[in-house]
Amino acid sequence: MKKIYSVLVENRSGVLCKVAGLFSRRCFNIDSLAVGETDDPTTSCMTIVSSGDQRTIEQIEKQLNKKLDVIKVKTFDETASVSRELMLMKVKYNKGNRRDIMETCEIMKAQIVDMSKKTMIIQICDVPERIQLFIGMMQSISIVEVARTGTLALQKCLETDVP
Amino acid sequence: MLGADAMVKCLEEEGVKYVFGYPGVAICPFYNSILDSKIDTILIRTEQNAAHAASGLARVTGQVGVCAVTSGPGATNVITGIATAFADSIPLVCITGQVNSELLGSDVFQEADITGAVESFVKYSYLVRDADEIPRIFKEAFYIANSGRKGPVLIDVPIDVQNAVVNKFKYPEEVNMRTYKPTVKGHAVQIKKVVKELSRAKRPIICAGGGVLLSDAEKELREFAQKHRVPVVSTMMGIGVMPTKHPMYYGMVGNNGHPYANRAMNESDLLIMVGARVADRAVSQPDLITENKILVHIDVDPAEIGKNVGPTIPLVGDAKHIIADFLEEDFTCEHEEWIRVLSGYRDTMGRVRKPNPEYVDPAEFIRMLSEAMEDDAVYVADVGQNQIWSCNNHVVKDGRFLTTGGMGTMGYSIPAAMGAKLADRGKQVVAVCGDGSFQMSMMELATMRQFDVPVKIIVLKNNYLGMVREYQHYTYKDNYSVVDLSGSPDLEKLSSAYDMKFMRLHTMERAQETIREFLAKDESVLLECLIDPMDLVK
Repeated sequence: MKKIYSVLVENRSGVLCKVAGLFSRRCFNIDSLAVGETDDPTTSCMTIVSSGDQRTIEQIEKQLNKKLDVIKVKTFDETASVSRELMLMKVKYNKGNRRDIMETCEIMKAQIVDMSKKTMIIQICDVPERIQLFIGMMQSISIVEVARTGTLALQKCLETDVP
Repeated sequence: MLGADAMVKCLEEEGVKYVFGYPGVAICPFYNSILDSKIDTILIRTEQNAAHAASGLARVTGQVGVCAVTSGPGATNVITGIATAFADSIPLVCITGQVNSELLGSDVFQEADITGAVESFVKYSYLVRDADEIPRIFKEAFYIANSGRKGPVLIDVPIDVQNAVVNKFKYPEEVNMRTYKPTVKGHAVQIKKVVKELSRAKRPIICAGGGVLLSDAEKELREFAQKHRVPVVSTMMGIGVMPTKHPMYYGMVGNNGHPYANRAMNESDLLIMVGARVADRAVSQPDLITENKILVHIDVDPAEIGKNVGPTIPLVGDAKHIIADFLEEDFTCEHEEWIRVLSGYRDTMGRVRKPNPEYVDPAEFIRMLSEAMEDDAVYVADVGQNQIWSCNNHVVKDGRFLTTGGMGTMGYSIPAAMGAKLADRGKQVVAVCGDGSFQMSMMELATMRQFDVPVKIIVLKNNYLGMVREYQHYTYKDNYSVVDLSGSPDLEKLSSAYDMKFMRLHTMERAQETIREFLAKDESVLLECLIDPMDLVK
């Protein structure tokens, strides 16, 4: 079972290490992890995607809550969230495939953000499955390197959200 | 005022009386400042034992135990002691010196990343970067260590921070941490649910763990068991929650426990686990335990509930508060037949031993010893066969039984007994160890002598690492590997080297008089009991 944990933590050095250490020590999986400061510079938000059985999922939330640098943990299903991932991909191109690449980018709503005579960098921001699909589409072209942010997610808007 | 002075001042504010430790350059400013304080320093002989001694003191007083060691090897040596306190949920504040802030991360002499190294064994840790932060950090550390699920907190202080000028010292009155607010009171709805199940249950039982002692809830638990006639069993860490001879107490559970206690727990229809982790040694098959019964799990740490076994009714909170809430509830329950059945088990399912008359029988000896001990005495058992014989035979009256059931660290008993004795010099404190565990801490005889800490030590000597030998006896059909302890010192000569009284018991024949003489005076005595090397706990 896949779950997304949105973990609000104190923005201090060593916190990422403590949270990541917790996952490795207790043999919990990390499918992806993304960290960044929030609107409040004293806090960071970690988006962790993990999978496991019911007991593991519950333990992950409890063990996260037990960490003294963790302010709040929200756990939700992928379906209950809006999730995005950003990927930058550098590919080699030639005259023969340039058009194909541009077409694929257009269909997939990806942008070419940099290029030289031989290579270009494509940027795509989408749900994780579509990022995966895009990689599949580009596999026939020579991919030089790829950088991904990992999933970022927020729980979907609920009527009860409003303060 | 310097950072080091501020550190000492914080300890004074917390009412600390003893600091156990071992100096080195990186912690020297602190040890220099403490000279001007009324706090006593105890120079332990190896850092691990500083944490164990602090643990013994903490368990007897209910206050935070404090140790202070130097950077690098001093800090890494103390880790086993910290991990022991973590596994047993004992409140400690461990201060480590650290190299100069500017040199952090450059692998200089005696630098170790101790906050990184202890991450999975501490409740929290601090690396102090600014001397002005010392009061807040110490206040938080003491609060974290001794609230919620108790445990060790480490404060790493670079030497330049200890030497820095503190502009303004003000010890905070309160702790304000947005990330830490332990639940103390139990949820009223859950409490009602438990009461409802209790009034319906035919065969209820309480299994009490170390958490009951940590929350100082023995009185409430005894009252509750008495009032509603609910039988009580305990885990190893829970020994002492009930006096051993209390009519409602049915012994220790687990693979080394009493068969009648396990049977009582298995046959119950309502099991109330309180302050226990449901770990493998107490409950070997957690999945089975919920098969035919309702399980109520009470713990102050929400992460313990559901970790090893899924309870029917989870109840988060402090044992003392929750049991007090139960006592407020008005209900009746009727299970005299169940009590009759359990008492029958207790009377008939005791372990039958066939002691070898040529040696001291440790089981009988421990029963005699504990009967002769003062009512409020502290008995500290080490780890190994001695621990199991102690658990199964020591009779707790109104005192304490200390051992490390969580970590099982050999060598715990002597330093922990020292801590317990210093906590209350008026109390009789006896440490019981094997010849293996004794040799892991025998350097502390010097500490006992230097600081006049009259702990009584019993060494059950069989020239083997008995517990492992027993395991090899059953699992590897007597193929003994690395368990022979020949080469051990002559304990009589060793005692005389430390100016300690020595006694030896060969058989049970003179046991009574020997015990009487051993306990007679408030002095350090080492009593060696020769036990059958082939003796088994099971």
